Amino acid sequence: MKTLILRTASNYLLPILLLFSIFILLRGHYLPGGGFVGGLIASIAFVLHAFANGLKNTKRLLKFHPGFLMPVGLSVAFLSGILPVLALDEPFMTSLWMHHAIPVIGKLNTALFFDIGVYIVVQGVTLTIIFTISESA
Amino acid sequence: MLIAILTGFAFAVLLLFGGKLVKGKLSILSTLIPLGLFIYFARFIGDVSSHNFIQENFSWIPSLGVNLSFKLDGLSLLFCLMITGIGTLVFAYTSAYLKGHKYLDRFYGYLSVFMGAMLGLVLSENIISLFVFWELTSISSFFLIGFNNDNPASRKSALTALGITGIGGLLLLAGGIVLGNISGTYNISEMLANRDLILGHEYYILAACLIFGAAFTKSAQFPFHFWLPGAMKAPTPVSTYLHSATMVKAGVYLLFRLSPVMGGTDFWNTTLTIVGLVTMVYSAFHALFRTDMKGILAYSTISALGILVFLIGLGTHESFLAAAVFIIVHALYKATLFLITGAVDHQAKSRDVTQLSGLRKVMPIVAIAALLAAISNAGIPPSVGFVGKDLIYEGTLHMENSVVLLTALAIITNVLISYAGYVAGIKPFVGKLPKRYENVKKPPFWLWFPPLLLGTLGFVFGIFPVLIQNTLIKPILWSIGLEASEVHLKLWHGFTPVLGLSALTIGSGILLYFLLKPSHKLISFIAKFDKVSPKYIMEKMTWAFARFSAFWTNVFQNGYLRNYVSTITLFLIILMAFTLLQETTYRVDYSSFAKLTVYEIVILSILILAIGLIVFAKSRLAAVVATGIMGYCICLLFVFYSAPDLAMTQFAIDTLTVILFVLVLYRLPKYLKLSDYKMRIRDGILSLAFGGLITILALEVLAQPVNSEVSDFYAKNAYLLAHGKNVVNVILVDFRGADTMVEISVLAISAIGVFGLLKLRLKSVERYQK
Repeated sequence: MKTLILRTASNYLLPILLLFSIFILLRGHYLPGGGFVGGLIASIAFVLHAFANGLKNTKRLLKFHPGFLMPVGLSVAFLSGILPVLALDEPFMTSLWMHHAIPVIGKLNTALFFDIGVYIVVQGVTLTIIFTISESA
Repeated sequence: MLIAILTGFAFAVLLLFGGKLVKGKLSILSTLIPLGLFIYFARFIGDVSSHNFIQENFSWIPSLGVNLSFKLDGLSLLFCLMITGIGTLVFAYTSAYLKGHKYLDRFYGYLSVFMGAMLGLVLSENIISLFVFWELTSISSFFLIGFNNDNPASRKSALTALGITGIGGLLLLAGGIVLGNISGTYNISEMLANRDLILGHEYYILAACLIFGAAFTKSAQFPFHFWLPGAMKAPTPVSTYLHSATMVKAGVYLLFRLSPVMGGTDFWNTTLTIVGLVTMVYSAFHALFRTDMKGILAYSTISALGILVFLIGLGTHESFLAAAVFIIVHALYKATLFLITGAVDHQAKSRDVTQLSGLRKVMPIVAIAALLAAISNAGIPPSVGFVGKDLIYEGTLHMENSVVLLTALAIITNVLISYAGYVAGIKPFVGKLPKRYENVKKPPFWLWFPPLLLGTLGFVFGIFPVLIQNTLIKPILWSIGLEASEVHLKLWHGFTPVLGLSALTIGSGILLYFLLKPSHKLISFIAKFDKVSPKYIMEKMTWAFARFSAFWTNVFQNGYLRNYVSTITLFLIILMAFTLLQETTYRVDYSSFAKLTVYEIVILSILILAIGLIVFAKSRLAAVVATGIMGYCICLLFVFYSAPDLAMTQFAIDTLTVILFVLVLYRLPKYLKLSDYKMRIRDGILSLAFGGLITILALEVLAQPVNSEVSDFYAKNAYLLAHGKNVVNVILVDFRGADTMVEISVLAISAIGVFGLLKLRLKSVERYQK
C-alpha cells in the first residue's frame, strides 16, 4: 500500500495521533479514556505509519525494538505501586497524592504513573505482536 | 540460625559473579564456608548437652500458620555437625578431586545450595518450611547427579532420582497438611501436644502413609531404593556427601523427628520394621553381586538406611539409642570409604574391585584410612562400629516378640555389610600390585587427609565413647522425648550374649570374604532377575505413562484451531446445559425490558447481515472484514448502553485485529478450500446450541436480583477516595490496580511468546536454507 496520499498523510497523522493518545491517557481520570486505550491508539498510529511507509521505515523511526517498551512500562507501573511501600510503609498500590499543586500541571498522583506504565506496556505488546507477525508472514 | 542457613545460598549466588576466583588455586578457600558454619554450630554443643534448645522464629505467611521457625536441639545439632563437618572435608576434597574442572564453580554452587537446604531441613520446626527445604535438597541433588551432563546415563540417573524424591516431597507436603489439619498447627513441637488427637483421628493412617512415602523415597527404602545406586553416577564427593552421609538420612531424620508425634502405634512400628528389614537384607544381599566399588558402597548404604528405619520401627529405648549411635558410626565409615574410592578412582582410573589390587604400595596412607573404615564398618573393636553394632543387637534382643528372627536377620545383614566393607576397603589394597598400576602417583594431600581424619575419628570415638555420649547421643534422646540419664556407651561390656553375637558376625564376615571372590559372573547372575526388580517395573510404568500422555496430548492438541474451538464450545455447552436445563424456570418478564429504539434495530440488522456474510463469504478477506463490522456493531451497542470506555477500547482492538488478520491472510494462497456440508451443519448446530444457551443464561442473570453493593461502593468512593470522576478508570488503576498490574504482565508474556515462537521458527528455516 504505497499510495502517495496515505504516505504524506501518515507523516502528519503520526504525531497528531500520538498527541491524541496522550490526551486520551491523561483525560482518563475524569472522562472516558485511560492508559489502555491510549496505548492502543498510539500503536495504531505506528501501524498506520508502517502501512504507508513500510515496516522498515517505521522501525528506523522508532530507533529501538518495541519489545523494550514492555519491561520499561512494567517497571514504571511496578515502581509506582511499590513507592508507597518503600516511602511511607503503606500497602502495595496505595494511591499517593501530592499535597501542593505544581503550576500549570496540577496535583500528581501515583495512579497516573501506573497508568503511564500501562500505556507503555500496551504499546510494547501490540507493536511487538504486529511487527513480528507482519515480518514473518 | 537463619543467616547460617542462608550462607550456603548466598555463597552460590556470589559464585555467579566471582566464579572464576574459585576455579583456580583459590578453590580450597571455599572450604572456609562449611568450616565457619561447623564452628558456629559446634559452639552450641554446650547449650544443647545441658538439655536446652535454641529457637528462632520469623513470620512468613502467618495467616496460614506457615512460619520460618528454627529449632536447634540434639537431633538437629547432630545433623548440622554432620552436614557442615563432612561438608568441610568434602569441599576441601573437591578442590583436589575436580582440580581444574571447567565447571568447578558451578559444582561448588550446587554443593553450597545443597548444604544450605539441608541445614534448613534439619533445623525447621515448621513442617511446611521443612518441605520447602526438602524439595531444595532434591533439586540440588538433581544438579549434582547430572553434573557430568554430557553423559546420557548421568542425565537419566539424575532424572530418576529427581522423580522419585520429588514424588516423595509432594507426599511430605500432603502429609504435613493432613497433620496440620488434624492438629491445627504446622509446628512440630505443637503437634506433640496434640499427640492423642492425631493418633485417634480417622486420617491417622493416611497421614502416616504419606509421611512414610516421603521418608522411604528420600532414604531409598525398598521398593524405592533403586535411585540411589543410579545416583552414584555423580562425582564421588557428591556420593560421599549427599548419598551416604547426609541427604539420604533426611528420611531417617523425618521418622526420628515425627516418632514422638505419630509413632508408638502398631501400624507405625510394624510398617517401619518390615520395610526396614526387607531393605536391609535385600540390599545387603545385592551388594554381594557388585564389582564397582561405588556400587558395593551404594547397596551397603541402602542396607544401613534399612537398619536405621528398622531400629526406629522397633520403637524401644534401646533401639532409638542404637539408631542414634549408628547414624554417627555410618556417617564416619561410609564417608571414609567413599572418599578412598574417589582417591583410588582419581589416581588409578578404575573402581573395579576385580581389577584393583596391591594399591597399598602406591598409596599407603589411603590404604590405612580404608583399613580403619573397613574395621569400623565390620564392627571390630576398638572402633565405634563395634559400639554401634552391639547396640543394634541389644535393641533386637530386648524385643518382646520374634527375638530370634529379628536378631538373625540383623546378623545376616551385618555379615553382608562387613563383607561389602572388606571388598571396598581392603581388597583393592592387598595382594600383588599389577604392572599397569605401578606408575600410579600418590594422591595429593586433600585426597588422603579427609578420609584419614574421618577414619581416625571412628577409632577415637570407639575408644572414648564418652566423647559422643554426653555431647550428642543424650541430647538426641532428649529431643525425641526419651530419658537419657542412664545412657552409658561402653566399648567393653564383659562377656555377654551380645559379645558372642558380635564375634559370630565378625567371624562370618571374614570367612565370607575369603570364600567369595567378587566376579563378573555374579553380576550376570543377578542381572537375570532384573525383570522383576522394582527398578524395571517402575521404568515400565513411567514408559507407559509417557505413552499415554503422548496419546492424550495428540488427541487434544491436534494443531487445528477449529477443533480447539469446537472442543471448548462443546465442553461449555455440556457444562452449561447440565445446570441450566435443570434449574431454569423459563419465565421472562418482558415488561421489564426497555423498548427497542430505531438505532438498535438498525445496528442489529447490520449485525445479522454481517454474520450471514461471514458464513457464506467466498473469500477470506471478505469474511475478516465482515467480522470487523460485527465487532464495530457490538461497540456501538456499548455506546448506546453508556459504556464509552469499553466501546473505545473495543474499537481500537477491533481495528488492530482486522489489521492483524489482513497481514496474515494477505500472504496466504488465494485458493480457499471451503468446508463441506457435513462440517457446516455440525458447526451450525454447535453454534446455535451455544448461542441459545448463552441467551438463556443472560435472561436468567437478568431475572436474578442484582447485588449492587460493590458497584455502589466504587461509584460512591471513586471521587471521594481516588479523586477521579471516571469510575472505570479509577477501578483499573487504583481500586483494583494490582489486577491491572498482573494483566499487563500477562500481556507482556504473551507478546514475548508470539515473538519467541515466530522468531525461533524463522531461525530454523534460515538454518535449513543454508
